[in-house]
Amino acid sequence: MTRILWAGAAAAIAASSPAVWAQQKSSAEGIAEYRAMLADGNPAELFEAKGEALWKTRRGPKNATLEACDLGKGPGVVKGAFVELPRYFADTGRVQDLESRLLTCGETLQGISAAETAATPFGRGEQANIEALVAYISAASGGMKFNLPQGNPEERKMFELGKRAFFYRAGSHGFACASCHGEAGKRIRLQDLPDLTKNPGNGIGFAAWPAYRVSSGELWGMQRRLNDCYRQQRFPYPGFGSDVTIALAVYMGVNAKGAESIAPSIKR
Amino acid sequence: MADPMRIRAQMSGDKATVRVLMAHEMETGQRKDAAGKVIPAWYIQQVQAKLNGKDVLSAQWGPAVAKNPFLQFMIKGAKAGDKVSVSWVDNRGDTRTDEAVVS
Amino acid sequence: MPTRRHALSASAKLALLLLGAGILPAAAQAQAAGFNQAAFDAKSLAEVMKALGAGAPAASGDVTVSAPDIAENGAVVPVGASSSLPGVKRLLVLVEKNPSALSAIFDVSEMVDANFSTRVKMGQSSDVYAVAMMNDGRVLYAKKEVKVTLGGCGG
Repeated sequence: MTRILWAGAAAAIAASSPAVWAQQKSSAEGIAEYRAMLADGNPAELFEAKGEALWKTRRGPKNATLEACDLGKGPGVVKGAFVELPRYFADTGRVQDLESRLLTCGETLQGISAAETAATPFGRGEQANIEALVAYISAASGGMKFNLPQGNPEERKMFELGKRAFFYRAGSHGFACASCHGEAGKRIRLQDLPDLTKNPGNGIGFAAWPAYRVSSGELWGMQRRLNDCYRQQRFPYPGFGSDVTIALAVYMGVNAKGAESIAPSIKR
Repeated sequence: MADPMRIRAQMSGDKATVRVLMAHEMETGQRKDAAGKVIPAWYIQQVQAKLNGKDVLSAQWGPAVAKNPFLQFMIKGAKAGDKVSVSWVDNRGDTRTDEAVVS
Repeated sequence: MPTRRHALSASAKLALLLLGAGILPAAAQAQAAGFNQAAFDAKSLAEVMKALGAGAPAASGDVTVSAPDIAENGAVVPVGASSSLPGVKRLLVLVEKNPSALSAIFDVSEMVDANFSTRVKMGQSSDVYAVAMMNDGRVLYAKKEVKVTLGGCGG
């Protein structure tokens, strides 16, 4: 009789414990498991393949490929370029990020209007091609460490501008980038908010973009990521490839020195 | 024509693990656009895979399969150098076939 | 006065117009040959099995459904369906609380393992099922609850 009671009690405990244990496996662990399950087979690879084809395809009024495009390490050098951007370019006399550099190459090599592309909504027309190119080019630096140059005075100036822009509070809510990303340990609902005033670690923050966002099934470059940040801050978007967006990328990229890039990554 | 699939086929023991990423909207037909009009359903309905030209897998999918679908399956008795081809047909009758070599 | 033939041909023209505009019911839009529209329209596990001409499913430890406990976004939820039993004819993936329960049907040939992984959309937290239809007519299933923090059916 006692044995049956014990068995019953044990069964009752066993039946209830999965629920108890499920509560004890934290949401953070659950989400980490979810992300790990998605890591193999990142749809960003579809964009990478498209971007590689675009790099090598003759396009535009000049019917040329992008293979002579200088991304900072010499014409046509793709590997390693992403982790050194943004940087100063002598031919344009300014500091450029990857996306504005693709506008430059698109125009000078292929005759595709940079202004028109910049004015095109994200995900459409030529912007869709930029997304794919950004996926391809960032993938070619996968696992490499960020090492933005700061040897040129323009590069250092952009770092300072980026820092000011990062802490600049404005808009209806008085938000700055720093409101969400100015210190460690912050979170919005289930999304960890990396501290972008320092190196938040390999594959985190600046080192995780561009990324495939599963919520919309879209590939977002850093420009689109910043556009959405500005929307959330209730600021107007400063414009595709604008100085402020490039400066912010310099600030975040220099802070992330030594962090390994996992771009293009997969995000919610 | 739709964008290419990404197919990776790797030997593991005596089986080939095939991982496929397909480029497709997989629109459910439940969403509305900004004007309030329903966005029509548009999704892969059938998937087929072959090993060296011989059918090994067929599947039917509904619109609940995620956008840019991922598929993984294991082919028995495959060997390095074999050809795997994957095809899909969607509800509009569009189709796409891509191939990969087992490594 | 319109004759019946006249009315019929007018309705056929209207059907063509509606088909072009994408307004006909889903059943008329399915184009892939052999696609089991009824199964993919079914609202519950029982209805799906009926549409597939199969019997009522029984829970089985020989069928495995793999899925995360929590999906950060219901738009993309990795799900695996497998069985170690010999004689599996088909493996199904269902999401119970989706507008239509059935997500996918995999036909198991002797050339492939009864083991498939894909990703599905989940509108809300729900049980996810892997169902094995056996050659001998048995239908076996496993299920797991997946919590969804943000629904993935859009809108």
